[in-house]
Amino acid sequence: MRRKNLLILLGIIVFSLAAYFGSHAGHFARPAAAQGAIAPDFDLPLLNGGQLKLSTLRGKVILLDFWATWCEPCREEIPHFIDLQKRYGPEGLQIVGISMDDSPDPVHEFYRQFKINYPVVMGDAKTGELYGGVLGLPIAFLIGRDGRIQVKHIGAVNLTMLEGEIVKLLRERQDFAVILQRPVH
Amino acid sequence: MYKVSFQLRRNHDHAQRSHPFPNQACFLLFLGGILLVHSMFGQHADLIPSSHLINPADLVALLQSSKTPKPLVLQVGSHVLFSQAHIAGSEYVGAGSSQAGLEQLRQRVEKLPRGTAIVIYCGCCPWNHCPNVKPADDALREMGFTNVKVLYIPNNFGSDWVDKGYPVAKGE
Repeated sequence: MRRKNLLILLGIIVFSLAAYFGSHAGHFARPAAAQGAIAPDFDLPLLNGGQLKLSTLRGKVILLDFWATWCEPCREEIPHFIDLQKRYGPEGLQIVGISMDDSPDPVHEFYRQFKINYPVVMGDAKTGELYGGVLGLPIAFLIGRDGRIQVKHIGAVNLTMLEGEIVKLLRERQDFAVILQRPVH
Repeated sequence: MYKVSFQLRRNHDHAQRSHPFPNQACFLLFLGGILLVHSMFGQHADLIPSSHLINPADLVALLQSSKTPKPLVLQVGSHVLFSQAHIAGSEYVGAGSSQAGLEQLRQRVEKLPRGTAIVIYCGCCPWNHCPNVKPADDALREMGFTNVKVLYIPNNFGSDWVDKGYPVAKGE
């Protein structure tokens, strides 16, 4: 009798699990590259040769810009990003463009035409998934000197707001330097 | 788009009140400039008539219904985005903004009866910036397809489809 009850209970559990996973089949849970999390590392080919490993930029404030040449709002942002790189690069800002174009050919042309002054790498589906799914452009992540994601901008960014965020993160340099020098006990 | 039109109308009213002719001329020149720039930078999705559109919720209902035949669902945008996530059962046929992509689309459908139900979608970027769906919609109608719908994705595929929990598949 006891064994029979146990079998019924087991059956109910199996049925419930099957029903749960059945109803969620085909759905796609997007992992989040959440605020405060360490920015997922990648090692991608640079447009002009060589590789870029994100973690080698630790200590800088990074603006990671997912874009594509066919994306109009992305194209409109690029001249502003070039300007930001020029003005804040000496203070520790490093913009990195991740092109989500299907082929590098139009990206080469665009890079030359706009005289982009920061590195551009060719992204792929895997890179997009690392960052929670880049399923629409533009998307930009602002990463602090400690390598943690501070802000995620979906869609065309408010440039005044972005510049304020960058300046704020750049000013954290002193604090970060102090943390690095602090003895570990 | 509506906001822009409204703003333009207000500028127009203001112009009429102060200096009727010169400001009207400026306004028309400005409007002409906008239209010229718009035509130069491709055919955006906001030019698609609303009668051609289908909402995500309606497409989901159609795909899940056992009573109606399923439409052929084609993604006409970025392959990198398609590989990450796409509508379950849909096919990738190339970006509608490129001649190569339009050719792939034509090849995929050329042997189908012209009454075949087809839904095309992209979701690469906000609706009024999408360069892909309008040329693809035009190409299918030029081929004589009479039952074509364009999936209305206001923001992007992630926000308006994936995050809503609608059926998604990954891969090629």
